[in-house]
Amino acid sequence: MEGKSAKGWLYLLPAILFLGVFLVYPLIDVFIYSFEEGYNSASQTFFGTGIYNYSYILHDPYFLQAVKNTFILVIVTVPLSTLIALGISYCLSSIKPLRELFQTVFFLPYVTNTLAVGLVFMILFRKTPYTDGLVNLLLGLFGVSPIDFIDGPYWAKMFVLCFYTIWVVLPFKILILTSALASVSEEYYNAAKIDGTRPFRIFRKITLPMISPMLFYLIITGFIGAFKAYSDAVALFGTNLNAAEMNTIVGYVYDMLYGDSGGYPSYASAAAIVLFAIVLTITCINLLISKKHVHYVG
Amino acid sequence: MKLVLSNVTKVFPGRGRGSQGTVAVDGLDFEIPDGELVALLGPSGCGKSTTLNLISGLQKPTEGRIFFGDDDVTDLPPENRGVGLVFQNYALYPHLTVMDNIIFPLGNLRGKDRMSKPEMHKKAHEIAKLVQIDELMERKPGELSGGQQQRVAIARALVKMPRVLLLDEPLSNLDARLRLQTREEIKRIQRETGITTVFVTHDQDEAMSISDRIIVMKAGVVQQQGGPQEVYDSPANLFVANFLGTPPINVFSARVQGGSLYIGDDAVMNASGAPDGEVWAAVRPEGFVLDENGPLVCNFGGLEVMGRDISVISSHAGAVNPTIRSIISAENRVDTSSKTVRFSLKPNKVFIFDKNTEERILFGA
Repeated sequence: MEGKSAKGWLYLLPAILFLGVFLVYPLIDVFIYSFEEGYNSASQTFFGTGIYNYSYILHDPYFLQAVKNTFILVIVTVPLSTLIALGISYCLSSIKPLRELFQTVFFLPYVTNTLAVGLVFMILFRKTPYTDGLVNLLLGLFGVSPIDFIDGPYWAKMFVLCFYTIWVVLPFKILILTSALASVSEEYYNAAKIDGTRPFRIFRKITLPMISPMLFYLIITGFIGAFKAYSDAVALFGTNLNAAEMNTIVGYVYDMLYGDSGGYPSYASAAAIVLFAIVLTITCINLLISKKHVHYVG
Repeated sequence: MKLVLSNVTKVFPGRGRGSQGTVAVDGLDFEIPDGELVALLGPSGCGKSTTLNLISGLQKPTEGRIFFGDDDVTDLPPENRGVGLVFQNYALYPHLTVMDNIIFPLGNLRGKDRMSKPEMHKKAHEIAKLVQIDELMERKPGELSGGQQQRVAIARALVKMPRVLLLDEPLSNLDARLRLQTREEIKRIQRETGITTVFVTHDQDEAMSISDRIIVMKAGVVQQQGGPQEVYDSPANLFVANFLGTPPINVFSARVQGGSLYIGDDAVMNASGAPDGEVWAAVRPEGFVLDENGPLVCNFGGLEVMGRDISVISSHAGAVNPTIRSIISAENRVDTSSKTVRFSLKPNKVFIFDKNTEERILFGA
């Protein structure tokens, strides 16, 4: 037994070392920095310990704005993108002709660089002195006066950010859900058909529970991904996100470290720990809820 | 409910341009009397499952009509036919309890047939009692044994009191012991409910043991239908003779000449009435009689003692298979030192088939 468990640990060693050095150690380090006031990474000095860093960021309007933005982004994009992806995959799996073509089309955004996509979105939505942009032209057809989505009102910018985020995360979700739907055995549908089950009941009582593990996976990773959003906002609104009121928590951390107002690793650490706590809490809630609604079939 | 298939053909379209379709079943024509348990028997790919799907309505025939009693159900969707189908892998919804699985079909009822929850549960309990799973109602299918899952599947198929019950290879996923038990179970349930039942199997033993009637199929065509004993005792062609019976029938290349059946150079049996010519002679294992002066001389290969019976293994140059298996009563004494063993044949256990068409040739008794 002894030898066996030693061998087991030996096999685990590379992974433990790797995770320890690159994941656990930095996390602990960040946690420590977040309690050290005015930590300087160059001189490795600080002038006090306590919860001042937390107090500072929680009173920083930029941080509060970032938290607000992040939460709006999460609450809007995660359910919407999952629902849309479910709808599209369900339709995809119901059609026969051209299915592969559509699958490819839906998957294309996934292999496209997000910054390039952001540029395209910016051109679509931006209002300049020379042109109102394609979206505004379309809106104009319905009598809506032009809106500056990129430098305009807060809700317009948030709309573009959510729209963009949903568009970017859709392909992966569609990919996962189409394969999950395809893996539901035809026999269940035949059994339901023999009994005269209506399509909606089949979907709710058979399809949904059968794909629930995959759906749940997408929701959890969706939440985590949305909380960590940053590059999407940069792609649309440039690097000065605080000025654009479009900063996210990760963006705030980055700014605190390297931005124009940067050089404050202690504040950045505190913000990172706050984010970590939020994500952990949400994930735990997700896990608790899922226990009731997710059906793993062994 | 009487079940009639009239000239039913199903052609599956071929893949790609110019490829021909596959004829899964070809001109099926049979009638199943009310309340009978019928086996569709045949090797894999013979179209028996397709036939079942056609009866259930999951597939539409290319040609022909299907009747339940006097109703033409050919164009009806499955839910309006009143069929219960038990799938080969049971297709129990894994996330639902046994109870929820059984009442699932009842939840689809609409209008005046709609049931309240307590009514559904009462009904489910009745059926569960019939198939003896009423103590497992709160379990999930994953927590049940194969045999129990099978019963749940049957209960789910029965709960709406279908006009016809269909079972697709009902025993194929069970181990040997459970199989024996379950087939008795199916017979009992069918008797108690009196529902016309069709089941598909490739196992002739299964078909013979519980069905009132067997329909033997090959390559989408019905070869023979009738009672199990009738089909066994009087196979219509070489395929049916080969397919039914364990151990399998022994086939010899033979010829008829002057009213006698010759295997090799030996006239082994009187076959008056059969025309002269090359034939296949098929002998059931129980059709051999040990006889010191018997006309059929085989090379002795060995003995298998099975308690009640002895199975004599031998070989013969004229036999199609390398070994001949004959079953004789254990009271016989076999001289194991001898190199040959001699048999005479029971005429009613010997069938003669045309060498080309493989159709049965009747000869005078």
